[in-house]
Amino acid sequence: MKKEHQDIIDQYSEILPPYILGQIDQYLPSSSTKVQVEKVLSKVIEAFETAKVNPGECVGLVSAESIGEPGTQMTLNTFHLAGVAEVQVTTGLPRIIEIFDAQKSIKTPMMEIYLKDSHNSVDAVRKFAAKIKSTLFGEFAKEYSLDIFDQKLQVLLNKEFLADHEITAKDLAKSIKLKSKGFVIVVEDDRIIFEHKGKPEEIKELYNLKNKIRLVKVKGLKGITQVLPVKRGEKYLVLTAGTNLKDVLDLPEVDVTRTTSNDIHEVYSVLGVEAARQIIINEVFKVIESQGLNVDLRHIMLVADIMCVGGNIKGITRYGVVSEKASVLARASFETPVKHIINAALEGEVDYLTSVVENVMINQPVPLGTGLPGLITKLK
Amino acid sequence: MADVYLNSNIVGVVDNPLTFVSDIKDLRRKGAIQIDVNVFFNEEANEISIYTDEGRARRPLIVVKDGRSLLTEKHLDQLKGGELSWMDLVRQGVVEYLDAAEEENSLIAFNDIEITVEHTHLEVSPGVITGVTTSLVPFGNYLLSTRLNGGSKNQKQALGFYAANYHLRLDMDANILHYPQNPLVKTKIHDVIDYSEHPSGQNMVVAIMCYDGYNMEDGVILNKTSIQRGLARSTYFHPISAEELRYSGGLIDEISVPDKDVKGYRSEQDYRFLETDGIVYPEAKVDEGDVIIGRTSPPRFLSSMDEYNLSAATRRESSLNLKHGQKGVADLVILTENEEGNRLVQVRLREERIPEIGDKFTSRHGQKGVTGILIPQQDIPFSASGIVPDLIFTPHGIPSRMTISHLIELIGAKVGALSGRYIDGTLFQSEYEKDLRKELQERGFREDGTEVFYDGRTGKQMLARIYVGNMYYLRLRHMVANKMQSRARGPIQLLTRQPTEGKAKEGGLRLGEMEKDTFIAHGASLLLKERFDSDQVVIPICEKSGLMGYYDLRQNGKAISPLYGENSEMSEVEMSYAFKLLLDEIRSMGIYVKLNLENKY
Repeated sequence: MKKEHQDIIDQYSEILPPYILGQIDQYLPSSSTKVQVEKVLSKVIEAFETAKVNPGECVGLVSAESIGEPGTQMTLNTFHLAGVAEVQVTTGLPRIIEIFDAQKSIKTPMMEIYLKDSHNSVDAVRKFAAKIKSTLFGEFAKEYSLDIFDQKLQVLLNKEFLADHEITAKDLAKSIKLKSKGFVIVVEDDRIIFEHKGKPEEIKELYNLKNKIRLVKVKGLKGITQVLPVKRGEKYLVLTAGTNLKDVLDLPEVDVTRTTSNDIHEVYSVLGVEAARQIIINEVFKVIESQGLNVDLRHIMLVADIMCVGGNIKGITRYGVVSEKASVLARASFETPVKHIINAALEGEVDYLTSVVENVMINQPVPLGTGLPGLITKLK
Repeated sequence: MADVYLNSNIVGVVDNPLTFVSDIKDLRRKGAIQIDVNVFFNEEANEISIYTDEGRARRPLIVVKDGRSLLTEKHLDQLKGGELSWMDLVRQGVVEYLDAAEEENSLIAFNDIEITVEHTHLEVSPGVITGVTTSLVPFGNYLLSTRLNGGSKNQKQALGFYAANYHLRLDMDANILHYPQNPLVKTKIHDVIDYSEHPSGQNMVVAIMCYDGYNMEDGVILNKTSIQRGLARSTYFHPISAEELRYSGGLIDEISVPDKDVKGYRSEQDYRFLETDGIVYPEAKVDEGDVIIGRTSPPRFLSSMDEYNLSAATRRESSLNLKHGQKGVADLVILTENEEGNRLVQVRLREERIPEIGDKFTSRHGQKGVTGILIPQQDIPFSASGIVPDLIFTPHGIPSRMTISHLIELIGAKVGALSGRYIDGTLFQSEYEKDLRKELQERGFREDGTEVFYDGRTGKQMLARIYVGNMYYLRLRHMVANKMQSRARGPIQLLTRQPTEGKAKEGGLRLGEMEKDTFIAHGASLLLKERFDSDQVVIPICEKSGLMGYYDLRQNGKAISPLYGENSEMSEVEMSYAFKLLLDEIRSMGIYVKLNLENKY
């Protein structure tokens, strides 16, 4: 890279974006003369200008059509491969709806956890996976027996399961201490016995205790119900069903820069709105790609931008993006018209008819394309 | 030990279920018990079910014993000689009927070659796996199942000779093909169902080639001269009926030529086809809008007071006239009574339908197409021997659809036409393609069915040899004449002032929501406005109140404000009538919609 090239290119930093300038920088042969460099730059500017979207081009509707039309071809059924370890994932139209509606609880929350290079081995990944998987007390119990006469609850433990998870009966007892206040816990080899501290009460209390301790998380992270270590290229990673991004990112083994969740709202609360926007784009693109359809990424980016533009996440619903529209008529024409019209009447709203839908309704030219330009001089 | 159920009621227990079941079957075959008894041994549940009740679908099968079919050559000879009948075979236990349950206990061989010791039955014919219409597709075993279904569906829509007494019937939308023919390539089922009594197609000379693209995308090219000779010509019958309805108070409709003082009287010109009884005369050529049956009805909402009021007693005109697009010749007039004893007049219209561009044709292999052009015989390519095709089918319809039977039928019918015999194309039992080709060669034609062709317009020999032969082609009932419509202006709906919908009401084609979006996407906003101008109105708006005003005719049509009367500036505003309705509806909710007017320019 010649110094003089750099100087010429720098002069254009106002006109062309840094990325394009960088590309020119990279591919320009060092033998090229000043005139050649300037010629290249003028050609690039020409191409850049023609690639810009014209004023009055309705990018939103084109995006809507470009995503909507392939959406009609999407199949509802997902394909399963027999014998292959996989996590059940929502795809296709249901997933698209889930994302665009910005639904709070999604059907199949998932995480992709990457580990730091120091942990990039089969054993480390296995160990990590077992560590984060949330295991409930109930899974260790083999048998519960209620002793009515002595007011005791006896829990027989599954020894092999304990050994697999490298947990002793004592550890188990410790983990449920908080939830079993008012009971004396006795640990005997492979059983745990709960005895009422004070005077014997109703048998119901013991029964409630049983139901309570069954759902106590003994180890792992809350919400992570399934783990699946996989190898992708040279990297080992852990796929999980159920998400807990916040706690996972706190773990020392985790590569914080690449670990993601597919729950938009979770990503938003943990990593912020920019990350959430990227998740929307990635997730939608993944679905469209998996269906073998071809939608330009920029259409999806536009939708994601609209959803995130307010600094929080709004779905394409009457409660989200549509509720922010300025025009009463536009909102009324989407869903629940009576509600919108009555509320507008209560507030005395004025519709300035500045957008598309309103103008179609009253049959006036829409302010787009040929309908956009007007006279500057006012006659009155 | 197994439980025994007779028609789902438990009747007892047997020790040895297998011998019990086979005993029953033997007795049935011997004729000791009724032939419509079926027995089923459910091994898993250890239950025997015997069914004697009605409503079970059953099918006949040849009994197989020890790997040998009970139907012998002797039987066949006797059947041919007329000494034996089907029922004799059933009584002898050679053929028996199984229901769905007993089928579960049997192993049925598809044909006699695959019989083993384990088989219990043999299909009467391998072709019986299809239904009646599907079995009418020749060489069906050389066709994809989806196409086979399509082919059988198409045959149900074909025009033909559907009933010998058609001229006395008043079927809704009946069609009769003028010169129906027997197919040259038949199946055995054609004979079984007496297809020759009600054929529904014609044997056409078909060339598979392109010709100026008029048969692309499933089009077909027809020979105009053949059409003029009567090929695929049909008649369309359409009945129209009117009855004399009875109303409360002993009032009744009257079918007659309406008097001139009747409310809603059209004009003498409109009633010109009616005879004195108020009904068209037979063989009258009527067109859309013409009155077919003259009728008057008693006045509506006649109260007791009005009986003495002469002016209110005038009758209403309620004649039947032909709707938009209907025309024809009055073919048959029937005067009768309906179930309620009201006088009923039915008029059947007849219309000759000559094949035209847009009419639908199909072979029997799911290869349907729409006529793209009619070409005069002199311009159509012809073969070296001077044969001119009636129909030109596109070669692009073959590879993706893989309708091999279509191609075989073409050769088969060619052989049939040359040798003067019918070709058998029964499912799984058809004549061999190899033999047909050999016979074709013996008749002096190329074995592969192709012939040298010459362009009819230039006389030049075509570069490729053309695959040509005969095929049984069907004309389908979907004809453009029934479907074509266009409109520039016409009737509108009363409520919305938008154009009506549907062909019968001379309606427009709706530019819908998604079509609207495409206009916006192209930025064609002024074109969009023009397209939505169909319900445009100009309404005077009060500048002070923002409400819609009205024109007062007492003051020479001056616009008046509903709030300020004459004391306000009124401006005329253009908007769609649908929007005006919306404003009305919002106002009906008690909401004051104020239009703030502003000059646009």
